[in-house]
Amino acid sequence: MSVEVKELSTDRVHSDHSDALLSVQDLRVWFELRRFGLGHAGYVHAVDGVSFDLGHGEAIAVVGESGCGKSTLMKTILALHQPTKGEIVFDGKKLSELDSNEMKWYRSQVGYVQQDPYGALAPFMNIKRILEEPLIIGGVRSKEEREQRVRNDMEEVKLHPVEDYWNKYPHMLSGGQQQRVVIARAMTMEPKLLVADEPVSMLDASVRVEILKLFQGLQQKYNLSVIYITHDLATVSYFSERIFVMYAGRIAEKARVDPLLQNPLHPYTHALLQGTSDPDAKNALSFKEVPPGEPPSLIIPPPGCRFHPRCAKAIKGLCEVEEPPEYEPEPGHFVSCWLFK
Amino acid sequence: MTQDNKLLRIEKLFLYFNSRLGDVQAVDGVDFALDYNRAVVILGESGCGKSSLAKAILRLLPRNVSKYSGKVLLEGSDTMALDDEEYRLNVRWVGMSMVPQAAMNALNPVLRVGDQVAEPAMIHLGVNKEKALLQAKNMFQHVGVPEGFLNRYAFELSGGMRQRVAIAMALVTSPNLIILDEPTSALDVLTQANIFNVLKRTKKELGTSYILITHDIATSSELADDVAVMYAGQIVEYADAPRFFAEPLHPYSKALMASVPTLRGKKVLDFIEGQPPSLINLPERCRFAPRCHSRFDKCEQDPPTIEKDGRKVKCWLYT
Amino acid sequence: MSAFRNSIRDLLRYPSAILGSVIILFLLAVSVYALVTIPYGEAVRLWRGGEEVWYQNPKYAAPAWFNYFSNKKQPVSFKVNSTDGSMLKTITPSSDPNISTVDITYSFDYAYDGVPQELMIYFTSQFKEKFSFVSVSWITPDGRTIRIADMAADHSLTFRFSQDQKLQKRLKTEDVMQAIFVDPNSPTQAPLKGQYQLVIAGTTFEKDATIDAEFVLHGELFGAAGTDKYRRDLLLPLLYGTPIALAFGLLAALGTSLLTMVIAAAGTWYGGWLDELIQRITEVNLVLPFLAILIMVGTFFSRSIWLMLSVTILLSIFSGSIKTYRAIFMQSKESSYIEAARAYGASSSRIIFSYLIPRMVPLLIPALVSSVPSFVFLEASLAVLGLGDPVLPTWGKVINDAFADGALYQGRYYWVLEPAILLMITGFGFAMLGFALDRIFNPRLRDI
Repeated sequence: MSVEVKELSTDRVHSDHSDALLSVQDLRVWFELRRFGLGHAGYVHAVDGVSFDLGHGEAIAVVGESGCGKSTLMKTILALHQPTKGEIVFDGKKLSELDSNEMKWYRSQVGYVQQDPYGALAPFMNIKRILEEPLIIGGVRSKEEREQRVRNDMEEVKLHPVEDYWNKYPHMLSGGQQQRVVIARAMTMEPKLLVADEPVSMLDASVRVEILKLFQGLQQKYNLSVIYITHDLATVSYFSERIFVMYAGRIAEKARVDPLLQNPLHPYTHALLQGTSDPDAKNALSFKEVPPGEPPSLIIPPPGCRFHPRCAKAIKGLCEVEEPPEYEPEPGHFVSCWLFK
Repeated sequence: MTQDNKLLRIEKLFLYFNSRLGDVQAVDGVDFALDYNRAVVILGESGCGKSSLAKAILRLLPRNVSKYSGKVLLEGSDTMALDDEEYRLNVRWVGMSMVPQAAMNALNPVLRVGDQVAEPAMIHLGVNKEKALLQAKNMFQHVGVPEGFLNRYAFELSGGMRQRVAIAMALVTSPNLIILDEPTSALDVLTQANIFNVLKRTKKELGTSYILITHDIATSSELADDVAVMYAGQIVEYADAPRFFAEPLHPYSKALMASVPTLRGKKVLDFIEGQPPSLINLPERCRFAPRCHSRFDKCEQDPPTIEKDGRKVKCWLYT
Repeated sequence: MSAFRNSIRDLLRYPSAILGSVIILFLLAVSVYALVTIPYGEAVRLWRGGEEVWYQNPKYAAPAWFNYFSNKKQPVSFKVNSTDGSMLKTITPSSDPNISTVDITYSFDYAYDGVPQELMIYFTSQFKEKFSFVSVSWITPDGRTIRIADMAADHSLTFRFSQDQKLQKRLKTEDVMQAIFVDPNSPTQAPLKGQYQLVIAGTTFEKDATIDAEFVLHGELFGAAGTDKYRRDLLLPLLYGTPIALAFGLLAALGTSLLTMVIAAAGTWYGGWLDELIQRITEVNLVLPFLAILIMVGTFFSRSIWLMLSVTILLSIFSGSIKTYRAIFMQSKESSYIEAARAYGASSSRIIFSYLIPRMVPLLIPALVSSVPSFVFLEASLAVLGLGDPVLPTWGKVINDAFADGALYQGRYYWVLEPAILLMITGFGFAMLGFALDRIFNPRLRDI
């Protein structure tokens, strides 16, 4: 049974996505290339037709290599970029229809955890001030209330005794502690959705698990929905329920963690899994199979399926001509590949 | 002059730096040996001194060195005994070379990559430009960069390509040993796999030995014949790869392995509380003791390095 | 605040910073002293007051401390008067109640190798109708008494020794100074060294009438800084010019730096047409001749220092530094923490003022300090070109006067060098401090 997800009618928006916290519908984000300030030299099709639903309290991971569009997708959800086409619906409200006050409300509902913990914190502000900023912007006028909330946030991320950390500046904390501050800041306005961009890739191995477990704890306690953006397939399996694999601006495969890892359908997913190493001495004895070539240009993407130039299983006459629709070979397991017609 | 069949032997290597607060004991008495055509991976987290170890072996020292001593025996002869000029002419990039951290970002933006790769051959082997460019071309082929790229500039290449160029630069003088410092940390999964394929092929076809320095335990297993774990300036465990990955001995190694998520096979993940100690004013006890679950009273003293079936562990638990 | 204290501690490690700070503190101390001891009105009066203010000083006198550096000691000017007790005054009433004698004497040591320029006595008498009468004599070290003058004293009477014809006739020479200071029998022209005495015997003819005298000796040297063509004590503009120079320099530097930074931040952040506009304005402004425009403004409008300051700031805001700041802001704009701020809803103005600009302050401080000298020199240059503030005593004005009078041709180097050296010291002090600050705030320069 195949599911056509190319163009969504408004009926489907309300009937099938009404219980989702976040619904991304055929989202396209194109960046214009300008030639010397005047004139137009094409578009970078960073996100080119992404659709998915995210339920309340659900954790998903978006994986892919650099240039696949996952960062742009994430930033568009955070309202840092404007969609070129398509729609993002949060809690039943379309983002494109929000006025500036409602937009402020939206920003308080989505927390952002960045990759570089040190860069994410203003170096000239102390921890207390950093954590107060979103509260001040969100209109919390009372100093006592802010202080109480900051205290709560810091205890929540286990940065205690609070007084020991409050007055410090970011460079005085370790990487793990800095990331806790970033998480506290993301949580301070009590959001429903957390977007985390490679939240632990710049931390040491021994600290990563600590931070990810913190995430997991917060997610369960507050029934948060989480979108993890990462390229580390190994971590993803421990901390999310579903995995989306992105390639060249589109989603190649969507599934729950176990089915995806045990039975990857898309050839690209297969290649990614092959390329990920586990600590096993036998790895040194064999070469890895890697699809030839590199991810395509997003300015003039290849016609048809974007992976076809590198795909060993490409069907001649089909894959390079037409873009494959999304198929559902198993329930809950979606793949955009002609092999599953 | 010992009769030695090991390519590299390091004995009691020390490297301390000056800082306002005291001496940074980055490399604090490191010993190990490496055979021909064998790869050892130095595993460690940030602040353990592994990058300093690379610099110490290749004598790429900054200005604020306060202690630098020990023996670095390359093919039997002690390079530490040579003065700087002799070292530059005979050892660096001749006997051993390096691919430093973020090498792909350190390529000269105004020179063509072909010229950059040819340069070490011209300087250290004394060949003329034509021959050097030919050698560069060979190396490009070897690492899998198309010949046409010889005339391109660094910004025209992708990250993976640039890292391959950096590896070609290290190979062009055909050294026996290459030190690689975090060669794939900023690269994607598939590009990483490609780079390791290149390294494996070079090891097989050219017989090169490697010292791979990284914090990425999973990918280190792609190349490792031997594993050395570094903590707070010291090597706390040294073993061959099959036995290490199957069963690490040192509590730190065990904790480290437990914190690595694996793709295949579920396991219970754990983390290590606390932080590694600062390398300034290190105490005289076992440096991992404050974070170790298995510590006991003897750990107040610095443990010796115990040898057991060809494996080495620096821990009181194994005496 | 501990970051501030750390910076101060770092700063003290550089000798250049210590030297620079000492100089700046010295200049500040001088400014405070000048402003406190000479209120503004008084300063203007002393500078522009006219003959009545300056009459007591010699013309073109070099500073008194020149004598330390030459073998020939030149006479130093002084003035004494009978009202403040520097001259000995005794009033002797006589049997007639209307008549009293007023004796004023003054003794001094004269040990110089040259004769003074001029001696003057200013008499002031209080009376209703009848003039007083004064008789002046001069006693030399070797005991000769020379009768100087006998005359009736009006309410105010000025007696200049060298210009009195009767005295010239009596001494049989036009060179009065020579006559009263040099021993007629000595073979050299050198004045006699020793104690001289001026004796004024006055008579008043009314009850309650008094006579007061002020005795002024015009030497070749005067005071701490010398005098100029108009007999003005140069110490005034040197002292008072310090706060003016510092104020102009600091205000211009501060105003320019802050405004430049805000404009660069706004342009970079908003991008689009605002950024383009600011860049174009900057580029045009870079080509405009700064000094020429100031000269035009000064000539056609007014030379008031406030106007000059405002125009300076206006023209300096859109300087090349906008491009430098813009480059840095463009980089900062991409920082993760700015992105996070946008994500949690910070407004553009909040981002500019609370996130971008504080990041720049460490860069701003050394630039600010290093730019103070150029503004100080600018103010002086304007004055030298004749466009200085017409009222205020400034260093540049002194140089301007000296230049107009051909001081260098006439060998009156002190007149030019004193303000010039102060200008150089100021520039040097700020530059030293600025360099050291730069090394601290830009760590990459530390190893140089």
